[in-house]
Amino acid sequence: MSRKRSTAKIKDKLFKLVAIAFTTIALLSLVLLIGDILIKGFARVNWSFLVNLPSRHADQAGIYTALAGMVSLLVFTMITAIPIGILSGIYLEEYGKDSWFARFVEVNISNLAGVPSVIYGILGLQLFVRTTGLGNSILAGSLTLALLIMPIIIVSTREAVKAVPDSLRQGSLALGATKWQTVYKVVLPASFGGILTGIILSTSRAIGETAPLIVVGALAYVPFIPEGPMDQYTSLPIQIYNWTTRPQADFVTNAAAGIIVMLVFTFLLNAVAITLRNRWYKKVKI
Amino acid sequence: MQGVMFMCSLLSIVTTVGIIIVLLADTWRFFGEVSIVEFITGTTWTPLFENKQFGILPLLSGTLLTTGIACLLAVPVGITIAVYLNEYASPKFTAVVKPILEVLAAVPTVVYGFFALQFVTPLLQQFIPGLAGFNALSPGLVMGLMIIPYITSLSEDALRAVPNSLREASYGLGANRFQTAFKVLVPAASSGIVVSVILAISRALGETMIVAIAAGQEPRLTFNPLHAVETITTYIVQVSMGDVPQDSIEYRSIFAAGITLFVFTFLLNNLSFWIRKKYQQRYE
Repeated sequence: MSRKRSTAKIKDKLFKLVAIAFTTIALLSLVLLIGDILIKGFARVNWSFLVNLPSRHADQAGIYTALAGMVSLLVFTMITAIPIGILSGIYLEEYGKDSWFARFVEVNISNLAGVPSVIYGILGLQLFVRTTGLGNSILAGSLTLALLIMPIIIVSTREAVKAVPDSLRQGSLALGATKWQTVYKVVLPASFGGILTGIILSTSRAIGETAPLIVVGALAYVPFIPEGPMDQYTSLPIQIYNWTTRPQADFVTNAAAGIIVMLVFTFLLNAVAITLRNRWYKKVKI
Repeated sequence: MQGVMFMCSLLSIVTTVGIIIVLLADTWRFFGEVSIVEFITGTTWTPLFENKQFGILPLLSGTLLTTGIACLLAVPVGITIAVYLNEYASPKFTAVVKPILEVLAAVPTVVYGFFALQFVTPLLQQFIPGLAGFNALSPGLVMGLMIIPYITSLSEDALRAVPNSLREASYGLGANRFQTAFKVLVPAASSGIVVSVILAISRALGETMIVAIAAGQEPRLTFNPLHAVETITTYIVQVSMGDVPQDSIEYRSIFAAGITLFVFTFLLNNLSFWIRKKYQQRYE
């Protein structure tokens, strides 16, 4: 018995060591990833890098058109995905709750969330680029990204709406408000923090998506600023991909510098989302 | 208003149907020109060459190889970290480590691709002399790093959902932390842990940019991690980057490749959904 107990004790100690090692490795990898990129690209991040047009000469190339393309993409993506995502989430939680339709949509959304992003690219290619005739335009790219991030917004809206206590709804209905008034004036404001968190996270996702944009024809070399939704475009991750795959070391430096700019956006958005989430959850719990 | 909201909800179903129809339509036309037997059993994939052959197996082996490497790294590491954070670490430590791990999940995949090609591959080449510049090992490992937070986060949630009474009973019987963790908690949370692993596998199968950047573009039927391979997703990117005419067999081949990938991830996602539904109420 005592021998068994001592082996159990050894296993316990051993597991603890292994687990600490694994956790350290995972955290260290993140440090290495960020450190490597900073070392390779930090010196290259300057004002002219941000405002220069793309160029065949690595030291003159900038990410101006890529940033402009990324912002335009985001604007059209979000104005499509946000209203549809929120309305859909509210409907499923407030109106269609427990119906077979809501359950079916739930299965479906969990499926959509697992569809590889490159497949969304194929859908966008056939549906928007070819059938609708939008071509390699910002609009085609935005609609593709909108379909891709919609499940994130729907799921976070549903969870935020679900967290609103029923007493608030009952109070509103008891005062004679209609269902829609209750949703619009009571449920939506109360769940705003959670919904906003979902929107911010989905924006961060849309910024980093590369594969679907390649499939729907975002170009690597666009020497002009897009002026309308039907213009051709490039985006920051596409530019980074293009530079990463070049053999010349100077372009790799550019890629690292581009990554630093993109990570600043991504991490800022995620930091805001996490702060918001923590604050909102505290509020809801009280 | 209710009607508008209903239409919005319907859109997600339309998206799924759209994906299936789009993939099926061109795959159907693809199989008008290529025999389905050749597609499934052929060992050469050269649609972009003069002598076109359409055997999906090399792409499939590339996909499974990189995914396999990722899982070999991520499954043990991810689950171990989850158990550690749940049962061993102080709540303070967990509160710091979990968000940092979630940062790993927020890093865009093109950044991981850069890391694999420009850092991990040169690093590995110092230890493994025969390692090619493009290989399956480096993107596989980096993909594993990427999916660790998925496994840790979902497994930790599952472990935390195990009722405290089970934990206390185990300690009451004289079991130590290790015995409690692996003989009581992990079995009790097994469905959630399995779901986390399935979702991570599905994520790795569909991952595109890491392998497109670092694994190479050579469709090759091999399970040697030191060689360059091509995955299904990489092939789709490769064709999209090139000047392939829209109404050609090369163009349609990305739909056939896409549907192969879709079938795998679709099955895995539904399996995970089914497991979650079936077992989630066990302790309620």
